[in-house]
Amino acid sequence: MLQEKLTVCRQRQLTADVFELTLQGKMATIAQQAGQFVDVLVPDQRYLLRRPFGITQVDAAKQQLTLIYRTVGQGTSILSQLKVGANLDTLGPLGNGFPTEFLQTKQHVLIIGGGTGIPPLYNLAQQLVARGVQVTSAIGFGTQKQIFYEAEFRALGAVHYATDDGSYGFHGHIGLLLDAEFATTHFDAIYACGPRGLLLAVNNRYREHPHAYISLESRMACGVGECYACVVPAEDQQALYKVCDDGPVFATGKVAI
Amino acid sequence: MNRLAVELPGLKLKNPIMPASGCFGFGQRYAAFYDLNQLGAIIIKAATVTPRTGNPTPRVAETTSGMLNAIGLQNPGLTAIMTEKLPWLAERYPDLPVIANVAGAKESDYVTVCQQISTVPNVKAIELNISCPNVAHGGMEFGTDPEAAYALTKACCAVSQVPLYVKLSPNMTDIRVIARAVEAAGAAGFTMINTLVGMQIDLKTRQPLLGNRTGGLSGPAIKPVAVRLINQVHQSSRLPIIGMGGVMSAEDTLELIMAGASAVAVGTANFSNPQACPDIIKALPQTMDRYQIKDLTSLIQEMAVTPV
Repeated sequence: MLQEKLTVCRQRQLTADVFELTLQGKMATIAQQAGQFVDVLVPDQRYLLRRPFGITQVDAAKQQLTLIYRTVGQGTSILSQLKVGANLDTLGPLGNGFPTEFLQTKQHVLIIGGGTGIPPLYNLAQQLVARGVQVTSAIGFGTQKQIFYEAEFRALGAVHYATDDGSYGFHGHIGLLLDAEFATTHFDAIYACGPRGLLLAVNNRYREHPHAYISLESRMACGVGECYACVVPAEDQQALYKVCDDGPVFATGKVAI
Repeated sequence: MNRLAVELPGLKLKNPIMPASGCFGFGQRYAAFYDLNQLGAIIIKAATVTPRTGNPTPRVAETTSGMLNAIGLQNPGLTAIMTEKLPWLAERYPDLPVIANVAGAKESDYVTVCQQISTVPNVKAIELNISCPNVAHGGMEFGTDPEAAYALTKACCAVSQVPLYVKLSPNMTDIRVIARAVEAAGAAGFTMINTLVGMQIDLKTRQPLLGNRTGGLSGPAIKPVAVRLINQVHQSSRLPIIGMGGVMSAEDTLELIMAGASAVAVGTANFSNPQACPDIIKALPQTMDRYQIKDLTSLIQEMAVTPV
C-alpha cells in the first residue's frame, strides 16, 4: 500500500460520461490482484473524501495503471478535466481482489459485469487469459451508446451483451441473460461486479457455487479499514464487514447486498 | 528544549498533535503509512461496554469543504479493546500516550468503561464522549443537559484512575453552561468540538443521503465554529482544552492554540491524507518561525486569560 502522487499520462473519453485515465508511478509495480482498488484525492481542497476506483489495467514495465470512471458529480468532473502531466494523490492498491489461485490452465470462468462495474473485470480477464484460463463474459448496459471496452473484452474471449432497451445484444437485464444462455453451463469460477441488481442476480444464482465472487461498491471515508463507514452486514446479520478492508470482493452468500 | 512539547493533566506530549477519535480507529492501518511514535498522543475510537454495530449505511456523505458522518459508535467493545487493541499499541509504541474515548447509553455504561479502561497502563487520559450526535440513547443527551453532564462526569471521575477530559458538543445555545457543569464535577479538561448536526438530501431520491438521516459535520467547513467555541470556553474556564474541528495544517493548529487550546486533534484530514498528522508535526517548527513563535508552551501561556 502506497500513498503516491501519480502523473496523468493519458486521458480519453470513452462514452458521453465515461473516461479512461492512465496514471504513471511506482504503484503500478506493486503486485496487484485484479479487483483491488485505488483511492484518488480530487485535486481541489473543497473535496475531502477520496474516490475509490477499481483498477482497469496494469502495465508494470511502463509503470502505468489505468482507471475508468463515470462523471457522477463535481469531483469526477474535475478529474475528467485533468491534463497530461497533472499529479494525482493516490492510495493503493487497497482491498482484496478476486481469488484466482485455484484455477488451472484451460479451466473456464464466467465474468459478469454491468456498466462502470466492468473495469476491474477487464484486469481480471487479462490476467486469467495470460494464464491460459478460458474467459466468457456476460456484460450488461442500459443502452448501446453506453458500451465501452467492447473490442478489449472481445479480444479475450466470447462476450454476450445485454441491454435494458434491447438496442444491442440480449434484450433485458443480465439475470435474464444468465438464465437464457448459461443456466446449464459449468464454470470453474464466476466473477461479478456491477450495480446492486446485477450483484443480487449473481448472488442468488451462484450461491452454492464453490468459487463465485462479487465485488461491492460502498461510500467510503478512510479507505483503509479504520473509520467503519463502508460496512456491509453478513448475510446472517451476525457480523459487519468493511468493504474497503474485508472486501471489496466477497464470496457469494456471504454478505447481505 | 523541545519547542513543540506541551503538558496537560496526565499528558506529557512531545508535540500537540493527535488523531481525533473515530477518524483513526486504533491506529493499526495507519501504522502502515508512518511510525505512530511521531504522534503526540492518540485518541482511540469510542469504547462501549459491549460491541456496537452502529448505524445503517450510507454512513458518510461529502459536503463542500466538509463531510457528514453517522457511523453510530461501531466498536468491538470494551473487552476486545482492552485485550487486543490497547496491547497492540503498547507493544509497538510503549511511549505513545493513549486517550480512550468512552461512550455509552446510560450512566452505568460510562462508569463501567471508565473504571476498567483507565487501569490499562498506556491509557493516560479519558475523553468522555457526551456529545456524539449519532446515537439514539446516551451521547448528546448527556452533553446538552447541564445536570446530566454534571452527574455523569462526577460518577466517571470517581472511578477513573486517569484525568478525564469531557468532549463538548457545539450543538448548544451556550456551550459554557455545559463547560461549567463538568468543571464543577471534577473534569480535568475539555476536548472540543464534536461535530455539528447536519443533513444532506439526494435530489434524485428526495431522501437524506445518510442512512441515519442526520450526521455530524466535520472538516474545514466547521473550523471557524471550533475557533470561536474554544475561545469562548477558554475565556470562561481554567481547564485546559484539546482543540479539534477542521484542522488540516500547521497554521490551523496554531490558530486553535491561539483560540485557547493546549493541544490539537486532527480528524477528517486523516481521510484526505493518511499522513496528515506527521505532515502537520513536520511543518510546525517552520510555521512557528514565520509567526515568531518561540515554543508552544510560551504561546499557550501568552494566551492564558483570567476567566470571567
